[in-house]
Amino acid sequence: MPFGTYKEVMALKAKDAKIAGVSQDGGVVTTMLCYALDKGIIDGALVAGKGDTPWLPKPTIATTKEQIIAAAGTKYTISPVVSVIKDAVRENGLEKLAIVGTPCQVYAIRKMQLYPFGARHIPDKIALTIGIFCTENFSYAGLKTIIEDHCKMPVDAVTKMEIGGGKFKVKGAGKEVAIPIKETHKYEQDGCHVCSDLTAEFADISTGSIGTPDGWSTVFTRSTKGKDLLGKAIADGLFEKKSMDEFKSAPGAKIQSGLDLLGKMDQQKKDKAKKTFDERKALGLFVTPEIVY
Amino acid sequence: MTKPKVAYVHLSGCTGCLVSLADTYEKLLDILGAVDMVYNLTLADARTLPEGKFDIAIVEGAVCLQDKESVELIKEAREKAGLVVAYGGCSATGNVLNNSRGGQWNQPQHESFVPINRVVKVDAYIPGCPPSPEVIYNFCIAAVTGDTEYLKPFMANETGGYHCGCDLNTKVIQNSLCIGCGTCAASCPTRAIEMVYGRPSFNNVRCVKCGACFSACPRSFLPVNKIKAQLV
Repeated sequence: MPFGTYKEVMALKAKDAKIAGVSQDGGVVTTMLCYALDKGIIDGALVAGKGDTPWLPKPTIATTKEQIIAAAGTKYTISPVVSVIKDAVRENGLEKLAIVGTPCQVYAIRKMQLYPFGARHIPDKIALTIGIFCTENFSYAGLKTIIEDHCKMPVDAVTKMEIGGGKFKVKGAGKEVAIPIKETHKYEQDGCHVCSDLTAEFADISTGSIGTPDGWSTVFTRSTKGKDLLGKAIADGLFEKKSMDEFKSAPGAKIQSGLDLLGKMDQQKKDKAKKTFDERKALGLFVTPEIVY
Repeated sequence: MTKPKVAYVHLSGCTGCLVSLADTYEKLLDILGAVDMVYNLTLADARTLPEGKFDIAIVEGAVCLQDKESVELIKEAREKAGLVVAYGGCSATGNVLNNSRGGQWNQPQHESFVPINRVVKVDAYIPGCPPSPEVIYNFCIAAVTGDTEYLKPFMANETGGYHCGCDLNTKVIQNSLCIGCGTCAASCPTRAIEMVYGRPSFNNVRCVKCGACFSACPRSFLPVNKIKAQLV
């Protein structure tokens, strides 16, 4: 089933100018974390914060709105966010944690809740999971190569990067450089190639840019918890909301949009995962059972 | 329903696993209520394994090969139990006892401490030092209710028998499966794993070889159906 199981899907855009100014797309993750913190649904969030090395994210335990907003925006490299979950619960004494992660990180969290081998008193502290759409990730050296060798921009000059419309784009040093996304494929983390999940199918709420125009996000609610919380945030006027039908592909359109586009890309990821799984099996390699779903 | 008869067999271990079992707070009552604890040196009065068969032997600790009593006890437990569960690192993987060299008071002749599957057949492994109270609870409830799907990863060669970060190297990273989520680092009881540029880096001296990191890794096994059922 495309997109996994979900309760609702919609397009959202945060109204708060402070968030819209720093967020990657519609500001859904940042807004929802701030809202959940305000309402006492969570007392902290694990996010990809900014580290000392340019564009190398640091898994961060955010307990204030300022910290959450400071972590806004996508970083296109690995942020091992699960690694700090025990610190958040033990050292920071947090009891209602939100975790923002890629689909694979969300399923790591879900596995941890079911099989918490070394996660003493963690499973019941996970209050909310927000998944972000992911086609694949890059290692830091890979990302740096793309930016410096392909886009010809020093990594520390970059102010924003994004992927969309078949391009990898970086902004900084007063210019904008876009290269075909194809050029970046070889730097993809190989572990991503067995992953069937583009839309974070196991998160309470999942969101990403694919399917909606610039400044908007496509959002799925998947659990009752996620649906209720997002419903309240919308009722409290935090978002502009549109139906995904507004972004449907025009009949006979060459370039797809809306859920048609997301569905197509999701299927491509699933097909690629299946193909890679079979190839590795044929080589006699160990591949995670059930990884293809 | 007749309650399963459970014996808690304590070999060479620190009792931390038993403490972890008790650390389930009021849920301990669910476990104790669901089973008939026929033998447990720390929690119950019986001093020897019961006569005849029982259902499950939960074994904490490694077997000391120089300690005749331990060897006999594990053999006897295997003979009488329907299922033998290697509970915790020492029993499942040898854990920190892999590094034992003997020569210590007050039994300097005790030198070789091995995971119990060296001397008896093991049906299920629960790695970790100690395994978290929650995983023990989930295991016990699944065993009592016959939830074989949940129990499957605990069976031999899926979760058990592993040691250190080398499992992550050989099975996950070398098979291009690591996605740098950091679950291994969070699961390590001794902070022997640090995430460096999105990959685990191992401090082999600090590692106690409990097996938690590999078992927790979402790329060692992924319980997709269980996860789907959990999402409501």
